[in-house]
Amino acid sequence: MLKISAEKLNELFDKIASQQTLYIPVDREDKQAEFKKYESRMTLSKVLNTVRSAKDFFFPQTENLAEFKLSGKTIEVKDIRKENEDFVVFGVRACDAKSFEILDSVFLAEPVDTFYQNRREHGTIVTMACTRPEETCFCTTFGINPTMPGGDVSVYSDGESYFFLPFTDKGKTFMASISDMLEEGDVKKLSEVQAKAREIMKRLPLANLTTDSFGGERLMEHFNSEKWAELSEACIGCGTCTFVCPTCQCYDIRDFDTGNGIKRFRCWDSCMYSDFTQMAHGNPRTSQLERFRQRFMHKLVYHPSNHDGEFGCVGCGRCLSKCPVSLNIVKVMKALEDK
Amino acid sequence: MQEAMIKRAKELLADGTVNRVMGWKKGEFAYDSSPAVFESAEELERDFVCDDFTQANLSKYLIKESRKDGKILAFLKPCDTYSFNQLLNEHRIIRENVYVIGIPGGPKLDVEKIKAKGINGITGVSKDGFTLKIETLYGTETMPYYEAVSEKCSNCKSKLHVEYDELIGDEGTILNSKRFEMVEKLENMTAQERYDFWQGELSKCIRCNACRNVCPACTCENCVFDNPKSGIAQKAAADSFEEQMFHIIRAFHVAGRCTDCGECTRVCPQNIPLHLLNRKFIKDINSLYGEFQAGADRTTKCPLTDYDVNDCEPSIVHERGVE
Repeated sequence: MLKISAEKLNELFDKIASQQTLYIPVDREDKQAEFKKYESRMTLSKVLNTVRSAKDFFFPQTENLAEFKLSGKTIEVKDIRKENEDFVVFGVRACDAKSFEILDSVFLAEPVDTFYQNRREHGTIVTMACTRPEETCFCTTFGINPTMPGGDVSVYSDGESYFFLPFTDKGKTFMASISDMLEEGDVKKLSEVQAKAREIMKRLPLANLTTDSFGGERLMEHFNSEKWAELSEACIGCGTCTFVCPTCQCYDIRDFDTGNGIKRFRCWDSCMYSDFTQMAHGNPRTSQLERFRQRFMHKLVYHPSNHDGEFGCVGCGRCLSKCPVSLNIVKVMKALEDK
Repeated sequence: MQEAMIKRAKELLADGTVNRVMGWKKGEFAYDSSPAVFESAEELERDFVCDDFTQANLSKYLIKESRKDGKILAFLKPCDTYSFNQLLNEHRIIRENVYVIGIPGGPKLDVEKIKAKGINGITGVSKDGFTLKIETLYGTETMPYYEAVSEKCSNCKSKLHVEYDELIGDEGTILNSKRFEMVEKLENMTAQERYDFWQGELSKCIRCNACRNVCPACTCENCVFDNPKSGIAQKAAADSFEEQMFHIIRAFHVAGRCTDCGECTRVCPQNIPLHLLNRKFIKDINSLYGEFQAGADRTTKCPLTDYDVNDCEPSIVHERGVE
């Protein structure tokens, strides 16, 4: 397998960044990680996952869609879209890489969301295999193998070197663009590191969590469960879980009056909010219990029902670490699962 | 402490003083308890927890809980009793429907401060004198206990309970905290430096509204930011102006009512030090109108909603200048 030694990683980043925009996870002052546009000498974060997920690259929190200008009795509609430039996201974990498939099944289904599609086509995903999972990790529940993270190219580290394995045409093109910096490497130590990681996966606190009790066929039973009242009791109705979630995909479209025209934009929305799916008669879900239930029913029942059994969660653990009152999908699954 | 709390809660449930208990429920890990209502001795025995990580302020839940049938027992830490008092002053909680037991406060710990040390895969946390022993999937780690203390507890203003029906544990006193140190540091910056500081912090905002929703001073039935008819409803900040607008309006709206409970900063997923905005207001109120602590008692009127001929003129802010 082709590799580069760890001390040359920044040289590699410099090279990639000289060809196209590169994003890597870096540490903030509070020692939490975020994806940043690479600038020379930035250090790759050792934190397992970023606070915000990598979905931001394809489905940003806000996005302008069109502009309107009214002159007399005519409305001019301006397509303000710019073709995106190619970019590389380095260090995406298996959970986030899987989330792109879930987002694809929504945004790339007919009618195709061309804004999302455009970004997907221009982005190259370089994933990074996990070696030190967190206690909050449960991607294996959804059939994800964090030691085989997929993407266009997968990167594996044995601590001394980074090994590269391309999967797609885009990945092969990317590899060709950096091939002069890579050398053939011995994977013996890498195999040991991966074996150790797999052993840790088995010992994770949530290793035994399964989706056996969920899926489209369990709709009425889970919808009518009496447990939602207790489960949602402490929910403060903020949007943290939905906004840090790599698979949450709901958005709102609004018009902004600039004074001399209209800017139409879309932004992330949250089913936890009182004005979510606002219609002429109001929000169809008037209580926090209903909103809370909606989010988890979507992940565990509606999504698999609409997408060939695929659940709407990748077990990244972000909601587990970020919910202000520590409510999350794991607690919901454990309360609702068959005992 | 936890055992004494469970014992007393069971007694009050059994003798009919209360029919529900508001406390914290055990989570999946060593640190992720959730606020919860308990209705039976069995539930209390099984799930009730009060430990180094039970940080959440329960006061705001009592707005809703005090409107349900029967009386509810609530365990309040000293800082939470200030929020409780303030909500009573604003007629938001029905006092006779709540039985308050004051419990000792922190210092509580923040698991993110432990993780910031590069300690991950946490499966257990215990105290050994001034050292924190952390069991992880990768072995045992240690760190100084005080370095894991949450922001809200590291600047504790008071160990005194200002409202309660009974206490468990010893009563504390008002502390001489250093909570305005960072505000002073910001005041001593140039306008540009201060702007850069806040721009850097607020640009991290993802508009999840957690700071607003958790805030015991934010109790509007329909917030202007959620009301499409208000004209300023936003689900996401369009630009840096809107990012600042949300937080500045929020800070202004709770000025004089914020008790400095620290929940806003605790819940921020992006670790924005939102409490500093509120502390600036508290510090200014103290210097312009005389010492005032929201929620400290049931009689003192907030200087911002009261008028006195000796009140400073609004122009004082302008006169003070921006530098």
